Amino acid sequence: MKLFDCPVIGRRPISEFDYFGEVRRPPVQADGSVAPDVWSDFVFNRAGAPGVLREWWYHRPTGRWYVMERDTLKDEVLRFIDIQEVRYELPA
Amino acid sequence: MSCRLDPQPLEWINRSETLNFQFEGRAVQGFAGDCITSALLASGQTLLGRSFKYHRPRSVLSLANHDVNALFESAEATNIRGDVVPLQAGMNLRACHANGSLEQDKDAWLGAFSRFLPVGFYYKTFHKPKKFFPFWEKIIRQKAGLGRISTAWSVERQAKQYAFCDLLVIGAGASGLQAALTAAEAGADVVLADENPHLGGSLDYQYAQDAQAASLRDQLKQQVYQHPRIRVFSEHMVCGWYTDHYLPLVGPQGITKLRAQGVIFATGVMEQPAVFRNNDLPGVMLASAAQRLITRYAIKPGKKAVILAGNAEAYSAALDLLRAGVEIAAIVDLASSQTRGEVAEDLRHRGVKILDHSAVYEACGKKSLQAVVVAPFDGRNCDSGLTQTLDCDLLLTSVGWAPTAQLLYQAKAQLAYDTTLEQLLPVSLPSGIQVCGRVNGAFTLAQRLADAKRAAQAAVAELRGERLETDALATYRDSQAHSHPWPIVAHPKGKNFVDFDEDLQLKDLYNAAKEGFDNIELIKRFSTNGMGPSQGKHANMNGIRILAQIRGQSIDATGSTTARPMFHPVPISALAGRRFRPERCTAMHAWHLEHQAKMMEAGVWLRPEYYARPGLSREEAIFQEVEAVRKQLGLIDVSTLGKIEVLGPDAARLLDLVYTMKMSTLKIGMTRYALMVDQSGVIVDDGIVGRLAEDQFYVTATTSHADATFKTLSRLLVELGLEVRLVNRTGSLAAMNLAGRAARQLLSGITDIDLSEAAFPYLGIREGQLLGHPVRLIRVGFVGELGYEIHLSAQAALEVWNALMQAGAPAGIRPFGVEAQRVLRLEKGHIIVGQDTDGLTHPYEANMAWAVPLKSKAWFTGKASLARLQGLCQRQLIGFCLPPHYQGPIPKECHLLIEQGEIIGRITSIAPSPALGRVIGLAMVDLPWANSSKFLQVRVDGGALVEIEVCSLPFYDAEGLRQTADLTEVV
Repeated sequence: MKLFDCPVIGRRPISEFDYFGEVRRPPVQADGSVAPDVWSDFVFNRAGAPGVLREWWYHRPTGRWYVMERDTLKDEVLRFIDIQEVRYELPA
Repeated sequence: MSCRLDPQPLEWINRSETLNFQFEGRAVQGFAGDCITSALLASGQTLLGRSFKYHRPRSVLSLANHDVNALFESAEATNIRGDVVPLQAGMNLRACHANGSLEQDKDAWLGAFSRFLPVGFYYKTFHKPKKFFPFWEKIIRQKAGLGRISTAWSVERQAKQYAFCDLLVIGAGASGLQAALTAAEAGADVVLADENPHLGGSLDYQYAQDAQAASLRDQLKQQVYQHPRIRVFSEHMVCGWYTDHYLPLVGPQGITKLRAQGVIFATGVMEQPAVFRNNDLPGVMLASAAQRLITRYAIKPGKKAVILAGNAEAYSAALDLLRAGVEIAAIVDLASSQTRGEVAEDLRHRGVKILDHSAVYEACGKKSLQAVVVAPFDGRNCDSGLTQTLDCDLLLTSVGWAPTAQLLYQAKAQLAYDTTLEQLLPVSLPSGIQVCGRVNGAFTLAQRLADAKRAAQAAVAELRGERLETDALATYRDSQAHSHPWPIVAHPKGKNFVDFDEDLQLKDLYNAAKEGFDNIELIKRFSTNGMGPSQGKHANMNGIRILAQIRGQSIDATGSTTARPMFHPVPISALAGRRFRPERCTAMHAWHLEHQAKMMEAGVWLRPEYYARPGLSREEAIFQEVEAVRKQLGLIDVSTLGKIEVLGPDAARLLDLVYTMKMSTLKIGMTRYALMVDQSGVIVDDGIVGRLAEDQFYVTATTSHADATFKTLSRLLVELGLEVRLVNRTGSLAAMNLAGRAARQLLSGITDIDLSEAAFPYLGIREGQLLGHPVRLIRVGFVGELGYEIHLSAQAALEVWNALMQAGAPAGIRPFGVEAQRVLRLEKGHIIVGQDTDGLTHPYEANMAWAVPLKSKAWFTGKASLARLQGLCQRQLIGFCLPPHYQGPIPKECHLLIEQGEIIGRITSIAPSPALGRVIGLAMVDLPWANSSKFLQVRVDGGALVEIEVCSLPFYDAEGLRQTADLTEVV
């Protein structure tokens, strides 16, 4: 079972974390419009290829969200990312 | 007849303690410390088992748990491995796979027909014609499988243990002992694990007579046992390697899950059999098996022996046999005895007959070995024209070793074939992994000890974040082969077994390759080589050599099958766990039980399904609960709802994004239905959102989706950087719903909240006091009556619940459960997410277009998908009912709607409605039938078609008068 070096709470087993996939942002324009094929691609397609990905992880015992940069080919966590780096806006 | 030797210096048996047991109804004696196999051999029982397919007689092969020739069963257990299971007094055993007795196996005739049972026979033969398969299946099932399972088993729970260490050393032979010691002396906290009850490994059987090894052995063992930083796990098999060095150790008391910082593999090698005709006859065994018999159990393995030699170890074994009083007929060397060192010289001087460049062509005998036929061997083939026969009752084969590398493969180490040692050896290791000893090609004692020190130092250095400079892995490897590259002899009459578990002969592998399964993974699966209980421990290496020869490839190009956990079969009792899922109970749980509630699981919670009443069936009790709510008053515990406080200046913005409907326009003191869809537009949750202040909302979610809803909210606020605080109050708050026309009257006396219709309208939310406790009241309409959801602290909930039950008694109050609530909401046509919707249902299909404000909201999760789905609706949720006084079979949830033989939908909810006096339900039906048909057909259990009538929704009180207007107007 894998261990994660969490920057806040230290080394914890992966069983305490929920995986929420790659960091993505909805491809929506400021006015709320989005081209149908762009939207379908966002909803249904994932790259899936092994490589370095930014991923959302949720630590259940503390209720914290993390973004990890992980090499999915080697299954190695490279670093934790400040969530400010992946922030985005949605139409109001 | 006993073949016990005089006491041996390192024997495991305790001769002062005799154990009596039964074998096939016969009384047998053994000693404490015996395994079942050794006790039977000592009593003169040389036939120990029957083979899987042909029921051939079998006896000792490896005595190391690398084969299952000696497999027994008792009344309690099956597949008892006689070679390793300690003898216990009172055991009552029989062979696992004999039809009748071991001596007179009624299925032994199968062997004579083996040429009609080629590899792949079952795959090909019994499937045509199809109608005969059930007949064959019955016979095959009878013959297939090993052992019988007693169905009168008792629950055997084994506790899981957890352990942690710096370094795990696997294998406690010379290398493992030295590695553990070196690492511990360098400061590491070490666990040393070995599958055997005693430490020592091959030191104790291959070097049992070696005077030099004796002092080393005593010293190593003593130091290991005394070292404060070494924990010894003997009788523990390391069954797998998992990411970040997480390894299960399976022992007699169950499983220990060990987390290590690094692992040193000192797992050694497994001796491999030679392949020749009748190589499975009792009396033919591996040289190391004979050494184990002599040194551990003081058993003389035979009277007159032939030794098939492919390495120097064969000559040491011959010497051990001489010391044990076994006569040696000849040593048959596959190559030249000149290369086998001093021991070979010594034996030659003693007059032992040695045949160079020869092989055993065939073993002879019916139920045990009587002679071997020997022929000249050129390294590939025997010259069958020049045979000679040697009488003997024991044939030791010592032709080579395979690395115990299964766990190394699991840990992603890379191995490559070394033509100097004729063995697979590690070439690259992942971080935290070290390897030493014979698995790494270090064969002499001096090499093993030096290699162990090297590996331990490297492992400790890595723990400290250092890396040793030298490329050390190959430093102490031997320069001489200990395995023969082709210990395999063809014979026109076959019976030269590669896999003893599966009775696989040499020709089976050739035939499998001919059929096109000539890849290492395919040949395994088609022929079943290595798929028996031994998992290839004695069969894989020869299988690889044979396939490499067939393909004309190198061993590396041929490859090896993928090694996966478990390394060895693990008892279910060691794996089976207790239920470690949380089981949550509400504040009223004990009250529910006292009042005969039948509890059901709802997500992680337990909820009353209904309250049983004496003399009433389940259906009748539910029916009465429904009627009580409609006609009098009902109270239901809804504490399991998700309850979340959403606070802060951006709270309305967050809820606008997460839910389909606009929450920012909600007036303070009001609630709104809250529908959540995912990015693809599929309904995932519903609940209500109430506004308590400009920047303060109170949100409920369904029981099973509460955690997911909290995660959705919390993630979005993190992603967008919103100024919102969330508090998940699902556990700290309780909730109950008081529903029925007397609800307001009952509450009005015990709360300071103004309950009048003008001050507290339908869908309002108010805060105040109830019986002195702070509460929130919400006017809800889920069950279709005047109703108040009371949310309050879990500590106060039971007191309030009791007070309501007491005060409501004159009005005929009744507690009601989940089932009654389902009927009540069904009458109102309200959906339950997850019951009336599935993983594809969007709001348009569920008749909830009103909840999707595409125009007035710029964005919410799933909006772009719903905008497209609006015009693409393919099915629709409809209401239906059965005729009044219907007497036929009642459809159930998930029964299918059929139109001209095609499925057009399914029932999602169905129940008898007390208010309507008929059975009502919801069904998800394909268009156009959903909006064009008046009658539809359902296929019920048994296959009959039942007609249902499409109805408009809701079924009951369409105007909602009963939940909005003053009750006097309704009544």
